[in-house]
Amino acid sequence: MSTRTNAAPPAGTVDARARRSRQGIAARPAGTASRRARRGRRDLKGYLYVLPAFALFAVFLGVPTLQTLQYSFYDWDGISQATSAGLSNYVGVVTDTALSSAFVHAAVLMIFYSAIPVVLALALTLIVSRAHALRGMSFFRTVLFLPQVIASVVVASIWVSIYSQNGLFNEILRAVGLGDLAKVWLGDYGTALIAIGFVGTWLNIGLCLVLFVSGVGNIQPELFEAARLDGAGPVREFFGITLPALRGQIAVALTLTVVSALKTFDLVYITTRGGPGDSTTVPAFEAYNRAFNQGQVGSAAAVAVVLTIVIIIVTALINLLQPKDVE
Amino acid sequence: MHSKMRKVPLLVGIAACLTIGLAACAPGGSTATSTASLGSVSKTVTKDKITLTEWDQNTDGGSDTAQKELNAAFEKKYPNITIKRVSQSFSDLKTTLKLALSGNTPPDVVQANQGYPDMGAFVKGGLLRPMDDYAKLYDWTSYYPSSLLKLNTFSSDGKTWQTGNLYGVSQTGELVGVYYNKAILDQLGVSAPKTIDDLTVDMAKAKAAGILPLNYGNLEKSPGIHLYGVVQAAVAGATAVDDLVTAKSGSWTDKDNVTAAATIQGWVDKGYINAGSSGISRDASLASFGKGGSAFYVDGTWQQQTLESDMGKTAVGFTTLTPVGASAPVTEGGEGLAWAITSKSKHADAAAAYIDFITNAKAAQTLLDTGNLPAVLPTGYSPTSGTLAADIADQYTEISKASTVVPYLDYTTSTFYDTLTSGMQNLVGGQATPEQFTQSLQTDYEAFTKDRG
Repeated sequence: MSTRTNAAPPAGTVDARARRSRQGIAARPAGTASRRARRGRRDLKGYLYVLPAFALFAVFLGVPTLQTLQYSFYDWDGISQATSAGLSNYVGVVTDTALSSAFVHAAVLMIFYSAIPVVLALALTLIVSRAHALRGMSFFRTVLFLPQVIASVVVASIWVSIYSQNGLFNEILRAVGLGDLAKVWLGDYGTALIAIGFVGTWLNIGLCLVLFVSGVGNIQPELFEAARLDGAGPVREFFGITLPALRGQIAVALTLTVVSALKTFDLVYITTRGGPGDSTTVPAFEAYNRAFNQGQVGSAAAVAVVLTIVIIIVTALINLLQPKDVE
Repeated sequence: MHSKMRKVPLLVGIAACLTIGLAACAPGGSTATSTASLGSVSKTVTKDKITLTEWDQNTDGGSDTAQKELNAAFEKKYPNITIKRVSQSFSDLKTTLKLALSGNTPPDVVQANQGYPDMGAFVKGGLLRPMDDYAKLYDWTSYYPSSLLKLNTFSSDGKTWQTGNLYGVSQTGELVGVYYNKAILDQLGVSAPKTIDDLTVDMAKAKAAGILPLNYGNLEKSPGIHLYGVVQAAVAGATAVDDLVTAKSGSWTDKDNVTAAATIQGWVDKGYINAGSSGISRDASLASFGKGGSAFYVDGTWQQQTLESDMGKTAVGFTTLTPVGASAPVTEGGEGLAWAITSKSKHADAAAAYIDFITNAKAAQTLLDTGNLPAVLPTGYSPTSGTLAADIADQYTEISKASTVVPYLDYTTSTFYDTLTSGMQNLVGGQATPEQFTQSLQTDYEAFTKDRG
């Protein structure tokens, strides 16, 4: 019996698969021993298809990741013989204030890169989605998305000039009579990190908005009609229909923006080099600086490993928001 | 059962990966023994068609022109040799050179920064070829003053600087000093400052006249090294600073070093330095000084060509400061990055011929013609008096003669660049007292000397 099933023509397999996918999840519990065997063989063949992609991943991501993990247990200047360091590099991540404050800065950036853009984009979505069939919507979508497309070095350079002594920001302050507040925003201990964070807000708000607006487009119009018939106002409608329906998009937006906050490097590198003092250092910048400038490859690798773990944990937490039935 | 079986190879695979990855020998591999046998050296360069790859940091206007001219002249002299030039900014070179050198096919000729973080680390890893044999062959030992040669020497284990083997020679001379705007100083009725007190008095006058005394842009963080270096040299004197940087004696918390820090903070408090310096790029402040935006500007002689073209050859002056009781000015500087040959280069003779070609007396004239300061000024060189070039040449000659140039402070330890530059931002930003600033330097210094044993 089992042999015969295994030798079944491929057409049957395809048919079975098609039927199963049509029937959705309901088909799954119906599996028998023979079917499991057949699936086993098919899965093995499946691995072959995945092999090229996996090989690419292993060579270009897997091996370097393992190497980084290995380096993190050594004291190494990048050139001469390394000496074993045990866990001291990881202890350093916690005890070295330069490193621990870098993670604190990343947490502050998460507010500006993630929380504020998502909230603002939701508010804007509430307004934009009222404008039925807005003419030239694709044009606005492009404009909103533009910051994401511009090379980050260009973005950073533009903002350095905006924040400079005679830059746009200070000129605006002077124009409205707040000239006393004018300063070099990236050169001030109190404002440098917030100034960088605000660039992140500017970068990410368009991304969030585009995601949310397209999400709203997927909501069945009947739902809104029904709500309106029941006498719901725009705010009720938003919290009752739009917001729950956007859960998936919000999770995606949060994941993308939080990860972008945690791995920020380019903005900091161009705008402040971690300064003034160490007030804007972030983990990715520290990892780079230690590996390539200071000859502390082990410590740099430990920072990178911890950063990776933090990113995995945070994204896993955000995924809890993701509605279960959306895959 | 079937599914369990399937998982076995997967688990074995993961375990194998982990074992290979983690239990392999420590990173870094065996140290190359570069001193073992260097073979005989010759001035005769191969007739075969070869390519010499050189990595330099001559990206600024004048030095880039000079390098292009010298490379072209070398290729003309040796038609069988092609020079492949890779030129990048100082900080880019600093970050990429280590990777390039540790590869299997490094460039033949590289510009290596002096001091422990760069040249010391390269020598320790056996990546640079000792060049004493070529120094004899090309007579570099008599061409260069010993004060310049010793900056390019290291013990063969890379642990002691300024002694042992020669690992390169430098093309340019460098001084960090005070540029001043002659028109503004005339307007204030003062002459070029000779001491740190002169400078403070002149800056007070500029401030009173509503002119910004000192333009200072420190976004890149490295200008902080030069500001502190110039003030410290003028306060503490040559011997004290030299002993500190070369780890001979002294402490960063010594009184003079604290005074130097306090002097800078005093300038900030009195408004002699523009606010927000940590958010202003060096180029922006240089350009501002070039447009008459301030009376003074502290930077190295490598800005000569840029300032000449911005302000004109006679509108800007360059001065260095003399410590109280000293007979000659003392300031930070020395020589440009060392031109070195890599251990793995297959064309050492050709590489040495190239290095000689771009650093010898004939090259020095090319460098002068393109607005650079050669490491050794040609005999009989006399620039038109009253020009910036003359100021720089005069100071360089005087300081070289007196041997009162002190090394760049970031040579001190492998992490000093970061400690000093962040510390300077904290000092100028009012986040650290002069005592806290010097203490942070001392802490870094102690950790390094302890590690070195």
